[in-house]
Amino acid sequence: MTDQQQADLRHDEVAAGTTTGLASPSVDATDDRQNSLWSDAWGSLRRNALFWVGAVLTVLLIAMALFPGVFARGVDPRACDLANSKARPSADHWFGYDVQGCDYLSNVVYGARNSLIIGVFAVAVVLVLGVVVGALAGYFGGFTDGILSRIADIFYALPLILGALVLLRVGPSTDLPIISDRGPGAVALALALFGWMTAMRLVRSQVIAVKSSDYVAAARAMGASNSRILLRHILPNAVAPVLVYTTITIGVLIAAEATLTYLGVGLQRPAISWGLQIAAGQDSIRSAPHLVLFPSIVLTLTVMAFIMMGDALRDALDPRQRA
Amino acid sequence: MTLSDIDSTGAAPAVPGASLLEVDDLHVEFRQRSGVVNAVNGVTYTLAEGQTLAILGESGSGKSVSAQAIMGILDTPPAVVRGAIRFQGRDMLTMSAEEQRKIRGPGISMIFQDALSSLNPVYSVGWQIGEMFRVHQGASRKEAKQRAIELMDRVRIPAAAKRVNDYPHQFSGGMRQRVMIAMAIALDPRILIADEPTTALDVTVQAQVMDLLKDLQQETGMGLILITHDLGVVNEVADDVAVMYAGRIVERGTVDDVFTDAAHPYTEGLMKSVPQVEAKGGRLQPIVGQPPNLAAIPSGCPFHPRCAHRRLGAAAAPGRECATDVPPLRLVTTGREAACHYSEEVLGA
Repeated sequence: MTDQQQADLRHDEVAAGTTTGLASPSVDATDDRQNSLWSDAWGSLRRNALFWVGAVLTVLLIAMALFPGVFARGVDPRACDLANSKARPSADHWFGYDVQGCDYLSNVVYGARNSLIIGVFAVAVVLVLGVVVGALAGYFGGFTDGILSRIADIFYALPLILGALVLLRVGPSTDLPIISDRGPGAVALALALFGWMTAMRLVRSQVIAVKSSDYVAAARAMGASNSRILLRHILPNAVAPVLVYTTITIGVLIAAEATLTYLGVGLQRPAISWGLQIAAGQDSIRSAPHLVLFPSIVLTLTVMAFIMMGDALRDALDPRQRA
Repeated sequence: MTLSDIDSTGAAPAVPGASLLEVDDLHVEFRQRSGVVNAVNGVTYTLAEGQTLAILGESGSGKSVSAQAIMGILDTPPAVVRGAIRFQGRDMLTMSAEEQRKIRGPGISMIFQDALSSLNPVYSVGWQIGEMFRVHQGASRKEAKQRAIELMDRVRIPAAAKRVNDYPHQFSGGMRQRVMIAMAIALDPRILIADEPTTALDVTVQAQVMDLLKDLQQETGMGLILITHDLGVVNEVADDVAVMYAGRIVERGTVDDVFTDAAHPYTEGLMKSVPQVEAKGGRLQPIVGQPPNLAAIPSGCPFHPRCAHRRLGAAAAPGRECATDVPPLRLVTTGREAACHYSEEVLGA
């Protein structure tokens, strides 16, 4: 029992005349604006160290993606000298050189842009598709649910990599807007299109669980509309698991991009991405392990940053988890 | 601005001369694959301004379902609602969903049994009370919060201004029920339905919550429908009582009359099963048998398999055979109605 609850109980007993009790605590003059879910969540996020570590890392990565020249110390990633092929890290070239003799630090820095675009864009599409389709299926149920869930099942039947492989293979011969040029957008879209179903299932099951709760019935009894019930009462209680899932998925998708590249349908040289680097580095992992090591470390840090922020956000959105 | 100044915006104009609420031959059935469950079978009553009507019955008697049907919060399907529910003379069952929604809140409002699960865990209580003003009256956040604090004061939550940003899990059971009441009375409804408001609370807190409801009713003159299985609560608060069994009203009258001398064997059984100070040391008499299965309600009088006064076959008067003839709800003495063929024998027994 919390202090507050004990105070309440004391008040109840005083009112019932079973104890004498103390005077009720003095009233604080607090901020007179109504706190919303998000402002309260932000208040809790601000005090979470985990969130700040994740946020600083993310900002750093985004800065790297936006201004790679600064982080690469002005070294051109495509200025290569074969004489330096696979050279180990040194004081001047912290990450060493790759097979072609290009500065590896600069390459890893320049890779941030494509990898982040793919990871973040793909996850954004996964999140939007998953939440919208899942919420509709869960809330309306019946026929709507049947149709939407079967569509998700059809996509489930196609493995992520196989589906993306086919789409990217066929893509260039079509004239669809993003798919036809084989850039990071096409890769991201292909990955999202075959990866949204788990998010949809998560949201759907959560919405079904929350829908039958008493507070949704209470909201309806107080005259709340369908859209208000879905957006204000059900979704905030249903998004927590999908937030955690999507933050982890960012890493999975960046890694899947590497796989697609390895299979020859993802990004192609001269594009620069961590996926390409890891794929290329695997060939010479014995002679030059640093070629796999450095992009992997940055990839891991990226994934960690998003997971930390996702965890912190989940806690912030659940008042019961707040300190 | 006091709360009584707030008008019921959005609610349709009342039909002059109509009573506040008329429930007319209300039927609710749930159609399931295994068959039809008849939860409510022809319930009729009226509620006037300032009146407290207690609906008494055991679990499965249809008392909560009939309230949910009035509120319009049953999922249809599987539920099928027939009859008429007239709020200020206008039938809610024939109006559009949008019109019906506008009555909920300013017209009819409801408190639920379990306040913890009826409050949204992710919003502060102030936000949830304030939501009523923001949704129905377009109040600003600042205004909504101010009025939420006023309401919390009004339902006697101590240090309301300090606790307005607290979350439901930080309140005790009694305080949560007060928050729920604050939400329900926020728009000054003409009717408040309280569905077992004190069942989840301990006895001292129960008494306070009932006192609070009574005071609020005296202030606002709203009609109160109190759904309960607690005879003590009924005796304390209600003006009139309707006893429900198997989805029907079996007895109706003022609380004093019904509690002094039951006119239906089921009510009589309920009274005998409650501990009384005068009968200290004696044994309580339970009602024998089980409540009926609503998918297969007994023929004739639904209570006859459990009834001590039943008359079957040749012992029954013509047209009043308990196992075949359904007893109508009829006037037995002034202001008393009962659905029993032999009420006159039960009275005074």
